[in-house]
Order: sequence, then C-alpha cells, then structure tokens
Amino acid sequence: MADILVVVEHHEGVFKKNTLSVVSAAKALAGLTGGEVDALVLGDGVGAVADVAAGTGVRKVLLGEGAAFSKYLAVTTAGAVAQVVKAKGYGAVFAPASTFGKDFMPRLSGLLDAPLASDIVGLEKAGEALRVKRPMYAGNAIGTVELAGSPLLFTVRQTAFDPAAMGGAKAPVEKVSVTAEAVGTAFVSRQETKSERPELTEARVIVSAGRGIKAQENFKLVEELSDQLNAAIGASRAAVDAGWAPNDWQVGQTGKIVAPELYIALGISGAIQHLAGMKDSKVIVAINKDEEAPIFQVADYGLVADLFKAVPEMIAELKKLKSA
Amino acid sequence: MKILVAIKPVPNPDEKVKVKGDGSGIVLDNIKMVVNPFCEIAVEEALRIREKLSGEVVVVTVGPKESEQQVRTALAMGADRAVLVEAGRDLDSLAVAKVLAKVVADEQAELVLMGKQSVDDDNNQVGQILAAVLGWPQATFASKIEFAADNKKANVTREVDGGLETIEVALPAVVTTDLRLNEPRYASLPGIMKAKKKELKVVPLASLGVDTAPRVKVLSYAAPKQRAGGGRVADVAELVSKLKNEAKVL
Repeated sequence: MADILVVVEHHEGVFKKNTLSVVSAAKALAGLTGGEVDALVLGDGVGAVADVAAGTGVRKVLLGEGAAFSKYLAVTTAGAVAQVVKAKGYGAVFAPASTFGKDFMPRLSGLLDAPLASDIVGLEKAGEALRVKRPMYAGNAIGTVELAGSPLLFTVRQTAFDPAAMGGAKAPVEKVSVTAEAVGTAFVSRQETKSERPELTEARVIVSAGRGIKAQENFKLVEELSDQLNAAIGASRAAVDAGWAPNDWQVGQTGKIVAPELYIALGISGAIQHLAGMKDSKVIVAINKDEEAPIFQVADYGLVADLFKAVPEMIAELKKLKSA
Repeated sequence: MKILVAIKPVPNPDEKVKVKGDGSGIVLDNIKMVVNPFCEIAVEEALRIREKLSGEVVVVTVGPKESEQQVRTALAMGADRAVLVEAGRDLDSLAVAKVLAKVVADEQAELVLMGKQSVDDDNNQVGQILAAVLGWPQATFASKIEFAADNKKANVTREVDGGLETIEVALPAVVTTDLRLNEPRYASLPGIMKAKKKELKVVPLASLGVDTAPRVKVLSYAAPKQRAGGGRVADVAELVSKLKNEAKVL
C-alpha cells in the first residue's frame, strides 16, 4: 500500500520520546500492508528534532519549517499535515495519543474526511482486512475496529508499543514547503509545570497520591519517597481537582496513561477512571487505610495502613537498603 | 451570544461495564444512562456565559429517541431549548460531526461547546472534526474561557501535557471542555418542572441529507486482560523486602 507518515511530537525543539512508540506502531502497519515509514517534523528552527527523528529507523524525515510554526497550534499543524499528505499521497498518518495528537489529528480527520482510530493498542490483519484494537469504556472493553477510506489516521497509546531504538543510521532529511493556515487562532502563553523529575509517561517508577494525601503541603512526603526511587509523581483526579497537584500530573482515563515498572498509589481509592490510566503497570503497590478500597483489587502488594505513618517508614527502609 | 451545546448520553461512568458474552456489545441492562460528565461541564459553562452576556443556550444531541431523557436533564439545568437528531447509536465521529455542522448552520450559533471526550467510546474527536468541517477555530481541553470586551474573540486556557496553554480564538469557534472548567450545577426541582415544557425539536436524520455511512466501525468487543491483584503485605518492612526480592523492582 501507500507509504505511512508519522507526525513527530516535540516541545520547543526538544524531541519527545512518545514518538518512538508511534514509529513502532507505524512499522507494525507497514509490516502488515507494505509501504515505507517517513517522519514529519513541523516547527521553526527544529533541525535538531529532525536529526533525532532521522535516527529512529524511518526511510526519510520531512522537515516543514516557518515562523508561523514556532508555536504549536492545532489549526496550523492539521493544515500542514493535510498539505503534505495530499502532495505525497500518504496512505496512513500516525501521531501519539498525547494532548498533541488528540488535538490536531481529529481536525485532520475532518479536513481530509478520513477515518481516525484514537488511542490504538494493536494492529492486525483478518484475511486482507486491517483490524485495529482500541480501549473503550475506561479500558473495560477492547474494541476491534475497521476503518474505511483513505488515508487511515491513528493516534497511538504509547504504553502499547515498544519504543523504536534511537541513534540508528541517519535517514535523509528533506525540506518540504508548508503553508500555515491560522484560522483565527493565535498562541498567547504557556504555563509550564516545572519539574526536575522524570516525565510521567517515561518514568520507571511512579509515586501517585490521591484524596488521602489531604493537603498540598503533604505532597512533600510524596516527593521524599519519589527522591528515593527516582520516580515521577502522579495524582488522582481528586488531588488535581482539589488544587493540590497540577493538571499535568493526573493519571487516568482522560489524563495520562502510564505503565511503569512500579506504580505506588498512596491514598488513592481506585475509581474506574483512575484504574484506566495505570492498570497496565508491571507492579502495583497500594497504601490505603480503607481496606475495602478498589485499588487493592489491582494491587500486587496492598498495605492497609495510614500513609502518613507508612510512607516515612518506607523512606527509612529505602535509605537503609541504599546504605547496605 | 447564541451557544450550541452538543451532549451525549453515556452509561453511568461510576459503574464498571461488562462486555457481552458473544462480544457483540456492552451489557447495558440495569445501567443508568446519564449525560456524559464532560458534556455536563459544557452545559454549565454555556449557562454561565449566558448569565454574563445574555443570549440563548440550545442543547443538541444525535442519537436514539431515548436520549430525550438526558436532553431534558440539560434543559432542567437551565438550557433554553433542544434539538434531538434522531439516529442510531452507532454513528461514528465523522458522521456525528457532519450532522452537528448542519445544526450549527441552521441555528447560526456563535459558539459551540462540547465535552472533550465521551466516556463510553473514549474517542475525543467530534469537537475537532466539527471545527474542521465548519472551517472554525478550535480550542480543546478548556479549563478557562474568557471573552474579549467586544465578544468577538476568546482566550481559552487548555490542559495540555506539560502544563497549561492559552490560545486566542476568533468567534465563532468550537471549544471542548475539560474537568477543571467548572463544577456543574444540579437541576433544581422547579428546573425539572420547567424543562418538561421547554421546546424539544426532533429532527429525523434522513431530513438533513448528511452522508453517515460508517468510516470507523466497531466490529466486536472483548474484555481486557484481568490483573491478578489482591496481594497483601502486613507492614512496610515486608513490602520493601518483597519489592526487592520477589518483584525485583528496587
């Protein structure tokens, strides 16, 4: 079939690793239907991003630059991707199911009148027909989906595909000309959640806190535990709604989907929406004083305890381990 | 300002749904249908904008006749009137967006508000597709909406990976709502009584002349892999020891 395009996510010129899983998903499709995988980088002065993308095993990298692309906007991004798809005749377009991909890919679907499968976790063939797997109902059902039309559009759940290797042989970078269509939209400002910690979607360990943490200042305890584990910090909706944690930390159905080696849930009851975001973690620890909390049903190691007593003990134990 | 709010009925999100034994669908018996939580936030925001700027709030849904119940809930919250485009439950996002585009044009709406995602299909698509079909700006995942003095533009703060982002959109525009935008009100008893008398126009899908042939079709459903959870430890010492020696994650 026709070739496949991956739209690379970056933030202010820094390549985002979620794109690696997207490259893997695109290659999985290429394995089923044929075609080559190319990457598209849009931005202004983002040659370095194209350079990283060139080492991920794609055939070539298309680089579309211009001052109007210096700040991401769904309207300009969807418009530019549509131009590239039409000019080069791509048969499929992939992007991460992050707030980047979720924002512009449906707009692209509308512009091209093309079918979009969101948040896919698998691709397979039934005879000659392509089938896509995607979670629905907060992950309580996995739908098998068929798409009709062209190009086929996909956003990819990062945790479902192993990341493509970085730093491989460099594919050529080809400049493409794209026009920015601002459609009455302008970037105003961005308020970054600053953190020295690993990103939630990339961390090996995540310590997450919920309603049981009771106050913003108590997140200090979460930070101390995270320091011992080099962990990222997450939160349940309750903690974010209460204003104790930034929105960027929310793990769940409509927040971040994570699957670290170790997920530690502190004072999180385990609502369906939260479980949807973390139940594919390799090892789950739950500390909660309510022994009936649903989080225990998915936990490998459940500890019924007051987190304000258990967490300091755990920090002490981990320090002991380190010095041993 | 004339605001159109698109809503969708979904199974009560606090109940865990099950897949039918033959994989043909979801077991919906005995599960209450409610207004999708993100759509409730959209209705609430529309009402608050009307309170400030005056105007009209029109609720629209695309689905079976039974959706009337959830539409009445939105009317009971305070929306002025409603349009129900009668269709099957299985329309895909492209079809729903094209149908909504017709209604938006008929109604001459100046702003469309809708939830960022319905918690059943979890697609997160219709608002953005609608904006593209209309050729309008879009602002997804809104946590704050502020209008310019002349009400011709709005600054929308969006919940994105990495923090918050604010963009300016010229109206008319499509804005999709996120959790922190507001806390929706409950319908009051007088509100519920009044809602019964509010205009609810039922429009047959066929009368709109929209191509709704499925482009994205769910063929079957399967239950996800179940986790063998439920393990317990007695104290922190046992927990740390097991994480180190059994799970080998420390």
